[in-house]
Amino acid sequence: MGKYIVKRLVLAIPTLLGVIVGAFLIIHLVPGDPVDIMLFNANPTPEQVTELRHQLGLDKPLHAQFGTYLWGLMRGRFGESLQTHRPVSDEIGEKLVPTLQLTFCGMGIAIIFGLAMGVIAAMRPNSWVDNLAMGAANVAVAMPAFWLGILLILLFALKLGWLPATGQGGGERLILPALSIGIGYSAIIARLVRSNLIQVLDRDYILTARSKGLMERIVVFRHALKNALIPVITMIGLQFGNMMGAAVVIETLFARIGIGRLLVEAILQRDYPLIQGTIFVFGVIYIASNLIIDLLYSLVDPRIRYS
Amino acid sequence: MFKALFSGRPGEAAQSGSHTWQGVREALGRYGQNKAAVISAAVLLGMIVIAVFGPSLAPYDPVKIGVGGRLERPGGEHLFGTDQFGRDVLSRVIYGTRLTLQASVIAVVVAAGIGVPLGLLAGYAGKVTDNIISRLVDILLAFPGILLALIVVAILGTGLAKVQLAVGVSLIPAYARLVRGSVLSAKENVYVEAARAGGCGAFRIATRHILPNIFVPLLVLSTTAVGWAIIIATSINFIGLGVQPPTPEWGADLGAARSYLGVAWWPGTFPGLAILVTILSINLIGDGLQNALDPRLKRKGEGRR
Repeated sequence: MGKYIVKRLVLAIPTLLGVIVGAFLIIHLVPGDPVDIMLFNANPTPEQVTELRHQLGLDKPLHAQFGTYLWGLMRGRFGESLQTHRPVSDEIGEKLVPTLQLTFCGMGIAIIFGLAMGVIAAMRPNSWVDNLAMGAANVAVAMPAFWLGILLILLFALKLGWLPATGQGGGERLILPALSIGIGYSAIIARLVRSNLIQVLDRDYILTARSKGLMERIVVFRHALKNALIPVITMIGLQFGNMMGAAVVIETLFARIGIGRLLVEAILQRDYPLIQGTIFVFGVIYIASNLIIDLLYSLVDPRIRYS
Repeated sequence: MFKALFSGRPGEAAQSGSHTWQGVREALGRYGQNKAAVISAAVLLGMIVIAVFGPSLAPYDPVKIGVGGRLERPGGEHLFGTDQFGRDVLSRVIYGTRLTLQASVIAVVVAAGIGVPLGLLAGYAGKVTDNIISRLVDILLAFPGILLALIVVAILGTGLAKVQLAVGVSLIPAYARLVRGSVLSAKENVYVEAARAGGCGAFRIATRHILPNIFVPLLVLSTTAVGWAIIIATSINFIGLGVQPPTPEWGADLGAARSYLGVAWWPGTFPGLAILVTILSINLIGDGLQNALDPRLKRKGEGRR
């Protein structure tokens, strides 16, 4: 088991290095001179241009810049935001938690609804319940999350007045944004749960359980579901990264504080230090979540550990 | 040879056959039994017609301000109402069809154009090349689709062409992985061994034995990829990092409608409805194709939204 963990960690290292180098290269891949682009509208004097170039360290040779960058990374320093002049790490630190909060809430909704729909559909395959559930799932998957958010706002906030339309924090302000993300992914989970569960329910050991006279409910929940869930766990982990990506857009729609909106603003303002820092943090989070899922998967399915 | 593509037995694709049309007819027959897929194909055809003939079909100029009052309700002269500048929403949705379909097809072409050769290279060349390419693809995969696209936009700037490129880049890993996997398993195939023993060169093996085997999975992937492309592209336009006003684009129009939701529901609804209908029909077509071409194929992976 330990060997498996170490192996996965080692495999993650090149990817992590790639993310580090990639984030570093962002400012250097910009066609043209990034400093000119950043100061485009400000009509700067030559001194201001040189000043900014020096501040960003762009006047040093490439390898020296990378050295400074790495050294800063290890101390948790990503430079300063060009708009606010605050350290990038502060900006990100403040805004990371609300985004994670939103993502986890969305994931919770997705898992609960998805499991429920998938199980219900699988227990009565090809019935009207199944067809309705899968039809709804198909529609939900084809809907952009931000449009679903708009519809939710129109219905629940503006027409019915039950929930607030914008704003941050938890509680009722989190419901609509989390639903916007969660519903789409619940459809994906529902489809997978349904198809896996139907396959599992066809297996011999289920036939055994049934012929023992067990109630259908116990057959499904105690015997079948566990096995059907294994691929679903991997899928949830894979989708975590995608859900965080969706949070980027949803935060903009609901005017919530978060690193998604931070990144969008940074791109609009060409605040390269902030962009680089945010991309790096996103990358690390994704790599970490994939690792965690790998480990969880190996815990749940012993066959993986020994492969 | 093509009959074998549709027969449901992948290994056969490597053999030449003379019953191409029979295979196609069989597959079309299977497709035709799927009502949802047939309706979706009709819908998609309709959208293509709208995209091509948009300028003739749209009642008004989509960027012309003041063809109606500001934020007029749907009905009468303006079937979908007007937006905050008095522009006809129906016309904007019609013109948006062309933009969306174009953008997603270009993105998929870019993704396949780079991803397929990459996958071929990784699968067919030596272990070292494979490792390098796989690591690179893993790095790209470390970010979800929209984030990759945002990175490209951060580097290259905003604008329609950049968005198309960005979306294309975000889809490359899916193609590279699929092709690489197919190549690796095809390499084990008996036909390839026989061909190699018979003295076939690498290029010939690639075209006659490997490409036919990946044709169907690639086709199915592409239909899903178009759906992803539309979602990513409209998302980027929604947050304002893509096309610039006054270009009529579904995502951008939804973004602009945000501020007026309290007084007008229609600018925020109809463009979104168009997105839903488009993606839904493409998804159903993809499902139909998959069932028609190889009923045994399992769906792999669910998305890079």
